[in-house]
This record gives sequence, C-alpha cells and structure tokens, in this order.
Amino acid sequence: MNFPRIAKYTGWHLITAISALGLGGLFGLFQVLDHAGIDLYPQLQSVGVQSYYQGLTLHGVLNALVFTTFFITGFLNFATSHVLKREPGVPLLNVIGFVVMLVGLLMATVPLLMNEATVLFTFYPPLKAAPAFYIGLTLVVVGSWICGAALIATWRAWRKDNPTTRTPLIALGSLVTVVLWQICTIGLAVEMLTMLIPWSLGLVEGIDPQLARTFFWFTGHPLVYFWLLPAYVSWYGMMPKQAGGKLFSEPLARFSFFLFLVLSTPLGFHHQYVDPGVPIGWKYLHAILTYSVFFPSLLTAFNVAASLEIGGRARGGTGLLGWIKKLPWGDPSYAAQNFAMILFAFGGISGLTNASYDMNLAVHNTIWIPGHFHLTVGTASALSFIGISYWLVPMVTGKQLFNRKLGVAQAITWFVGMLLMSNALHLLGLRFQLPRRTALGASGYLTPEMTPFLIEEVIGGIILVTSGLLWLINMVGTVASKKKLETPLEMPVAEPLEPMLAPKWLDSWRPWLALTFALILIAYGPQLYIQISQAQSTAVGFKPW
Amino acid sequence: MIIIFAAAVTTSAFVIGIQLPAPVARVDSRLVATPGATIFGEPGVRELAPHHLEARVLARTWQFDPREIRVKVGDTVTFFYTSQDVIHGVKLMGSNVNMMIIPGQVSRLSATFEKAGTFKFLCHEYCGLGHHTMYGEVIVEP
Repeated sequence: MNFPRIAKYTGWHLITAISALGLGGLFGLFQVLDHAGIDLYPQLQSVGVQSYYQGLTLHGVLNALVFTTFFITGFLNFATSHVLKREPGVPLLNVIGFVVMLVGLLMATVPLLMNEATVLFTFYPPLKAAPAFYIGLTLVVVGSWICGAALIATWRAWRKDNPTTRTPLIALGSLVTVVLWQICTIGLAVEMLTMLIPWSLGLVEGIDPQLARTFFWFTGHPLVYFWLLPAYVSWYGMMPKQAGGKLFSEPLARFSFFLFLVLSTPLGFHHQYVDPGVPIGWKYLHAILTYSVFFPSLLTAFNVAASLEIGGRARGGTGLLGWIKKLPWGDPSYAAQNFAMILFAFGGISGLTNASYDMNLAVHNTIWIPGHFHLTVGTASALSFIGISYWLVPMVTGKQLFNRKLGVAQAITWFVGMLLMSNALHLLGLRFQLPRRTALGASGYLTPEMTPFLIEEVIGGIILVTSGLLWLINMVGTVASKKKLETPLEMPVAEPLEPMLAPKWLDSWRPWLALTFALILIAYGPQLYIQISQAQSTAVGFKPW
Repeated sequence: MIIIFAAAVTTSAFVIGIQLPAPVARVDSRLVATPGATIFGEPGVRELAPHHLEARVLARTWQFDPREIRVKVGDTVTFFYTSQDVIHGVKLMGSNVNMMIIPGQVSRLSATFEKAGTFKFLCHEYCGLGHHTMYGEVIVEP
C-alpha cells in the first residue's frame, strides 16, 4: 500500500540522517589514523577543522545524536503509519517536528564548524560552548518530541476507528520508544533550560557541574534504549518476515518492550560510578537496576533467534545449525541486521562489565568504552538502521535499490571492520588502560607492545569507513536511479507463530507508566532533591580549545 | 544469571570492600588554589602515620599539581583530587584509583603500593586542546 504523505516526510528525515552519518563517520577515519601515528589534522585545518577534538565532537554529535534522532523519528512514524495502514493523524505535527529539528541542527552546526563548541557530544560544563550549540540541540530534542506526538496522533486516530483491535506489535514498539523518549529527556531539558542555556548566555555566572552530569545521565542512559528499541521494532516485527519465518512469541515481545519502558531510566548513575558527588548506596542501587534491564535483553535475544530459526527451517534448513545457512544472507537488509545482532551479543557482554559497580573501576573512561558502544549504538543500532534503509529508501523513493550485492558487501565489511576495531579498542582499554577521547598519537602514552592492537584498530577503522562509503554509494545511487520499482514494495510485517491472545495486562499502558514513574521516583527522587538543594553554582565557564 | 551477577557485585561491595568515590567535601573551584582556603592551597604529600600518606592533588588545564608523588613500597596513600577549572579525570595505572575530578567536589580513593616502579596517573576526561599531555607519576621507591 502506498502512503505518499508519510513517504515524503520520511524522505526528509532520511536525507538528513544519511548525510549526518556520512560526514560524521569520515571523522572516525582521522581518529583511528591519529592513533596509528598518522596525523592529518594539519591538513584538515585548511578546511576548517582545527583539532582532533573538534573532529571528535563532530563525529559524536553527527553520528550519535543527529543520525540516530533523525532516522528514528522518521522510521518509527513511517512504520506506524504503514502497520496501521493510514497516513499521519495530524500531518502538521510531522512537518513542524521536522522543521524544528532541522532548524536546531543548523543552529548547532554553525558553532560546531566554527570551533566554538568543541565540547564533545556530552558537553559537560564548565566547558562552555556558544549558546547556539545548546539552543540548537534543545530544538532538535523539542522537534523529536513533536515527531513523537505525531506518531501518537496517528495511533490515536487509528484507535478511534478501531476501538477493540489490539495495537499491532510494530506500532506498540514505536509507541514505547517515543513515550520512553518523552519521559527520559526531561533530564536533558532541565539541564539545558535551567543550567546550560542561561549560563552560556551570561544570565548566570556559575554552574554546578556535578548536578549537570546527573541531569545529563538521567537522559543519557535511556538514550541508548531510544537508539536500540527502533532496531528491536525491526528485529521483532519485521525480520522474522524477511527471514521467511514468524515471530516465535508475540506476547513475550510486548512484555519486553514494556519492561524496557520501565527499566531504562532509573539506572543512570551507572555512568557516574566514579563521580565524587554521588553516594555509594545510590550507585549500588543503580548497579542492581542495570542488571534487571539485562532480563528483557535476553528475552529479546532468545525470542528473535527462535523466530529466525523458524525462518531458516521454513526455507529448508535442517539439523542443529543447518538452518543458519539457509537464512537469506543475500538480502542486504536481512544480512546487515543479522550481523548487527551478532556483534550486539559481544556489546552486551562488555556492557555488563561496565555496569558492574566494581569492574567498572578497571575500564571507566578507558578506550574500552568506545569499543563497547561501537558494538551497541555503532552496530546494533547503526547497522540495523542501514539494513532497514535497504528497503525503506526504495519504498520512500519508489525506486529499485541501486545494487543488492554492494549492500551485502557493505554489511560484511561493517561486520569485519567493527569486529577488528572494537576488539582492539577493548583490549587497549583493558590491558593498557589507554584513556578514551584522547589524541593518542600526540600523547606520550603509546608503547611498542600496543602496536599490534593499534594496527588492528586502524585496519578495522579503514574497513569500516569503506563500508560506510559503500552504503552512501548505494543510497545516492538509489535516489539518482531511473529504475522505478516494478511492483510496489510492502513493509515487512512478521506474523506471530501462534495467534494466541496475550494477557490483558500487556494491553494496558497505565500499570506500566505508573511503574515507570514510581521507579524513577525511587531511584532518582531523593538524590535529585539532595543534589538540587545542595547545589553550588560556582563553576565559571572555560573554553580551553 | 542476573542474580549471580548481582550477588558478585554485592560481595565486592560489602565483603571485599571495593571502594568507589563518594561525597567527601565541597570546595569553591574559584578559591581552591588560594593558600589557606582549602587543603588544596598547599598541594603535595604528607605523612599521617608510618606508611600512611595523604596526597592532595590539584588538577587544572593541563597539569596535575604535584606532578610527581614519591612513596615507598608498602605505603598506603589516600589521594584527594579536585579541579580548579573544568572536569578532569584520573586513572592511576595498575590500581583501582579511577575517578572523575569535578570542580566543586573532592574525589578520594586509596591505594597501597606493593611494588617498586613508576606509575603514571592520566587525565581521562577531555579537558581541552592539551588533554593528552596531562599526566603525573607516582614513583614507588624500594
């Protein structure tokens, strides 16, 4: 079925997202080259990039914040419209949301490019960027809220016409993602509106950096689930269909989404285990809560793997593992997402290490951490989104994918490149305790025994950037192609293996929302009260770059 | 499995006694380097009791003061860090000393040095253009 309006809006999001990842990824290349002793930053100065750290800020902001947010808001609105078989409920919300996001992006880009906001994507004060950077990023978030409201409006319009039908899983997963986002970004909004923006405008002189970090990580951890849940929407709701199978257990999938809603937010202190201003008891509580979110992650792993096995067997696979060979590895959309899942398993393991209150001491702020999150947001999310783009861009443009084999090559090279790079980063962090976000090539920290790992890192990084380039060629090629789709594409929608009825409590939002707010109140309430009431806004701003 | 992980963390916290930084004191980062205003007015190492030392280290872009800390094998050193400007971090090689250094806060952890040698402590949080040149050394003498 064709819905031209949502296709158009989604196209806007995709163009912005693809451009962001294209440019942001390129800076990753200069980083790995720096680590290997090849310093290209003097040459980059002629195009306006002044330092490793300005490049690193662009890399983080464009990839982790811009690419993800634009892709997710576009994709989820598209998926919800298609699964509910209707155009957006209030189209004006989609338009305003995108425009606000774009204006925010342009506002933040100017100081970034002018080296006025080299504060990395975490922008911890008292590093002080130009006000346009903070205002711009805030507008991106506000725009994403409006896009979330657009998605909810589409669902409400559908609900009005279908009062008794169960919300399809894809729509439910999309709703959970945007509701989670609306709730968890409160922390960032408070940090921006009450602290960073007035401070950067000179309305207040000082800031409390510890309190700002607490607000930042209130949003910062659920942010990773905002990145991840759209991939889960595809893994649960679409990939079983692409594999030729069915979703093993739909009630379990619904249960997982609700658990992510409840458990994603009240655990942000695990990013602050070594902060001096947070008492140990709260760190311990958040460590235990962090383990609890591992539960829906494992539910997802087993449920999705079982669904893919159904597909592999339906395609003629036999034996204990023979079905794996029969999976549609020649389909770039499928292959990219399956590779993303495999690397995500390792990302989950290193994530458990970081979450461990004690072992974190060995790896906190070492280069192990970017090793970890390049497997999670950098692969589980990014490579899944790339996989989705292989059917989404043709659907939105009405054109055939430029080259399927190129797409499969892209998926394989991303997998290999990331495996090498991330393995090297993990080991450099764990064995040699190299710090993260540091211009290592210019530091005195590198020793000869690190050389093999640095070589592994740079080889992985180069393969990865090549993979990104293959994807860009495919995307631009598709848009520029004259080959229209012969038959209209349908969004893949997986059917449940058994159309059994999920229990009633999986249909009602109220208990889950109540539990979400209750846990946030328990896990954050007392500490926020203490940190706010004892805040000392004495840190003035600095621009040491 | 989750219960086993949680039990392991609980054991390390309450039985083995793995320590994390926790609130110690508040300071005013604008005054912190003024002699007499805080303990960081005179940074350095002092002996509290035999084999028990205290090191007060002031972090600022892009150096630690003092840059060199000399101790003897068998010494237990309690490190206190604060920042005079932006957020810094510290990781002492080969130890569990790994902390954020946040303006306005005092970060404290202890380490016992069993082996002679030179151990770098690095700034591990981005603090500006010279971040990668910011480190100090603990020299453990036999």
